Amino acid sequence: MGIAEEMGKKQRSISVSEFFEKNRHLLGYDNKAKAMLMIVKEGVDNSLDACEEAAILPDIYVGIREQGPEKYQITIKDNGPGIVKEQIPKIFGKLLYGSKFHRLRQNRGQQGLGISCAVLYSQLTTGVPSVIVSSIGDGKTHMYQLKIDVASNNPVVMETSVTEGEAWHGVSVTFVAECVYRENRQSVLEYVRQTAISNPYANIILDLPSGRTEFKRGVDQLPRQSCEILPHLHGVELGVLTRMLAATESRTMISFLTSEFSRVGKQSACDILLKAGLTKQGPDGRPVPDTKMRPSRVTDEQARKIIEAVKEVKLIRPPTECLSPLGTELIESGLKKELNPEFVAAVSRPPEVYRGWPFQVEVGIAFGGSVQAFDVMRFANRVPLLYQQGICAITKAVEETEWRRYNVQMNREVEDPLVIFAHLCSVWVPFTSESKEAIANYDIIVKEIKLALQECARKLSLWLSGKRKSAMLSRKKSLFERYAAETAGALAVITGASKKDIISDITNLITNKWGQTDDGTEIEEKEVADGEQDEGEDSESGKGSD
Amino acid sequence: MENKTRERIRNLAKEVIEQLKKQENPSITLPIRSLSNIYFDPQHRLIRIGDKTSKRYYFNVAHTKKFMQTMLVASECKKIIEQGATTSIRDLYYALKHTIEDTHENTFDSQSDSDPILEDLEAALNLLREELHLKADRKGYMAGSIVIEDAGDLINCARMGSSGWAIPSDVEPGLIKFLDCKAEFVLVIEKDAVWQRLNEDKFWQKQKCLIVTGKGQPARGCRRLINRLHTELKLPIYVLTDSDPWGFYIYSVIKQGSINLSFLSDRLGTPESKFIGMWTEDVKDYGISQNVTIKLNKGDQKRIREMMNYVWFKPKPWQDELKRMLKAGYKLELEALSSKGIRFISETYLPEKIKRQAFLP
Repeated sequence: MGIAEEMGKKQRSISVSEFFEKNRHLLGYDNKAKAMLMIVKEGVDNSLDACEEAAILPDIYVGIREQGPEKYQITIKDNGPGIVKEQIPKIFGKLLYGSKFHRLRQNRGQQGLGISCAVLYSQLTTGVPSVIVSSIGDGKTHMYQLKIDVASNNPVVMETSVTEGEAWHGVSVTFVAECVYRENRQSVLEYVRQTAISNPYANIILDLPSGRTEFKRGVDQLPRQSCEILPHLHGVELGVLTRMLAATESRTMISFLTSEFSRVGKQSACDILLKAGLTKQGPDGRPVPDTKMRPSRVTDEQARKIIEAVKEVKLIRPPTECLSPLGTELIESGLKKELNPEFVAAVSRPPEVYRGWPFQVEVGIAFGGSVQAFDVMRFANRVPLLYQQGICAITKAVEETEWRRYNVQMNREVEDPLVIFAHLCSVWVPFTSESKEAIANYDIIVKEIKLALQECARKLSLWLSGKRKSAMLSRKKSLFERYAAETAGALAVITGASKKDIISDITNLITNKWGQTDDGTEIEEKEVADGEQDEGEDSESGKGSD
Repeated sequence: MENKTRERIRNLAKEVIEQLKKQENPSITLPIRSLSNIYFDPQHRLIRIGDKTSKRYYFNVAHTKKFMQTMLVASECKKIIEQGATTSIRDLYYALKHTIEDTHENTFDSQSDSDPILEDLEAALNLLREELHLKADRKGYMAGSIVIEDAGDLINCARMGSSGWAIPSDVEPGLIKFLDCKAEFVLVIEKDAVWQRLNEDKFWQKQKCLIVTGKGQPARGCRRLINRLHTELKLPIYVLTDSDPWGFYIYSVIKQGSINLSFLSDRLGTPESKFIGMWTEDVKDYGISQNVTIKLNKGDQKRIREMMNYVWFKPKPWQDELKRMLKAGYKLELEALSSKGIRFISETYLPEKIKRQAFLP
């Protein structure tokens, strides 16, 4: 038997589950502390997505209970629409199964990996199956105990039951996994706290070994629903295009281009075909676009030419109704309710496009009050990003902003008490890795974040200068008040006038004139120019004069 | 005189009250007392104050406290005058120092707060502190063949033992009268230690003079006394200081007045004063050992260059002397003369210089 044949026997396809088993770090399960966060995050993300889609104000419960050394039971429960019984095993027991991958719409989840990875991680570390309980409000409550068959990437139902009588809807998932519980910058507590800020319409109860916290709902209104859009040609790569060409039901190229992509009209479609060389001879002998060409006949080479041609054709930007920004009101209310700052401002930028994908940047600033130190909170599609801060586009934009210009101190020694909230929403957030921890540094994204930061900082700066001005004014006022009685007393001694009258004259002047305006300052400046000078230039004091 | 003083204080206060009634920002006008507002009057050879004034406002963050302090000092002066008393400027400070009601702030934190305010008031009212019934601490001593009347007591300055007659702060004719003077000139000495040496040696008896020390920069009482001894008794004034920029400047203040008190130069300056020593060439002329000279430091050199630019140091002999000091690179203390013997100064150096009339103008 030849070596190649020998090797051929060993070569076989790898299931995603097997792949994950060996490469769990790629999905964020690098260590036991992070694993707990990942599980909570996947559960909470799914719950929020489901509630929003069903237009339900989310009530979420997160419970963490210690079951042994480095062994925790993690429960996430929501009041969402619930999951139909048939889908439960696949959603939780099969990797890369989901509703969100194939549609272009702003969601927290994208690939259909997260929650099944949590099931797999639990099973790999403790061997305990995950328990899913759900009801869609029909009075039936379904319970599944699930594991994943790693080799085939298929769910294994260990136990299932139905109980009747209780009327509720929602999903409750319970994992038992090997984890470490921490309370630091990258803890479950911090994650839920930030989630409460970016989702102020959600009520979240967090039951930790250290105690129970309720993050109360701040507003009773959900953000605008996002909707699905077709892909935009400027963001499509060759592989996607060939796959779409093969799968399409359109009979002609012109119909394929205009109906399967957004913002492509007949004229643009013709331009693309002409530029890509998909032509036939026209009546006057010159080439005209071959609009009738069958998509299935398009060769790989022609597809490549279409991708090239698209770059030269002007297309209207993709529609942005697929985005669901929080809006300045929700951002401000989230920051106010969780941080109790003295000042808050928010900016929502108009939608922009990177590589054909629409995105939108929102920034909020919370200053002073209960805010004690400088902090940057990063969010993508309302999900807090706690890791990989260093390589994130948001960090880059914050660092490139000239805070000093806005009267904000941000050197190593002095940092103003300032929390920056930065949110990027997009139908396809360009994460730097599958673990979704940092946003890639696309120039247009960094630029948009910077513009939003600057706009917010201008608001802060205005408020700060007003605050300083009024502080100065009240300092001035109290200064004038402070010396009034002494001055009046002296004047009364000299002239015999009534001290009370003089005080009231001074007080009137303070309230009517000098305490209200900046006139005092102007006079002060004029004075300096006039040269009210004090002793000090006189050098003879060097040898003790009288 | 009492009435004039009280009148001026009252007018100052009345004007402030008027301004307040008119809802204006009350102010006091003060002559500027600094280098930018003084000039050298070549005819009278005195430093004079210019006519630049500044205003001190109540409603000005930088002025308001000083405004209050000025009023407090004025009111205290009024009280003292009405009581017919005279107090020291230190008493004034203590009389006015208290914590402002409802604050943790004092009206004055130290005497160095109240002293300049008093000077402002003197300048603003064009009155002497003595006319405000205030006196500075005594500083300076005199001995020699003169009989004076001091507050009604007869004082013979030739019989004042080892310490001499202490010069009061107020030496105006109302308080100090010169009765019988046998002296022919006045020797003003920078240092008290040297004055004591000359007093012990009865230098004033042998040389028929008065010896005066201001113990460093003389206080205004001492300067006023020198002025009166010259103008009323026509006594020549010779000044003896260290050979260093600070010594030279003491001489200059005695001669043409000071920048800070430029508004009083008429009464405090004595333009006919002459400088008897020490200077750089003394080392050569009197064979003083280089061992007792002191190297000029950076501050000295800077001060010398500064002084060369003052108009009143422009006469050639002084420009030459300052250049010589810079070139030689050393200064001399009066005590350096003791290296030639403790009585060298009283028996050789001074008599010889007086005989030769070797002076700087």
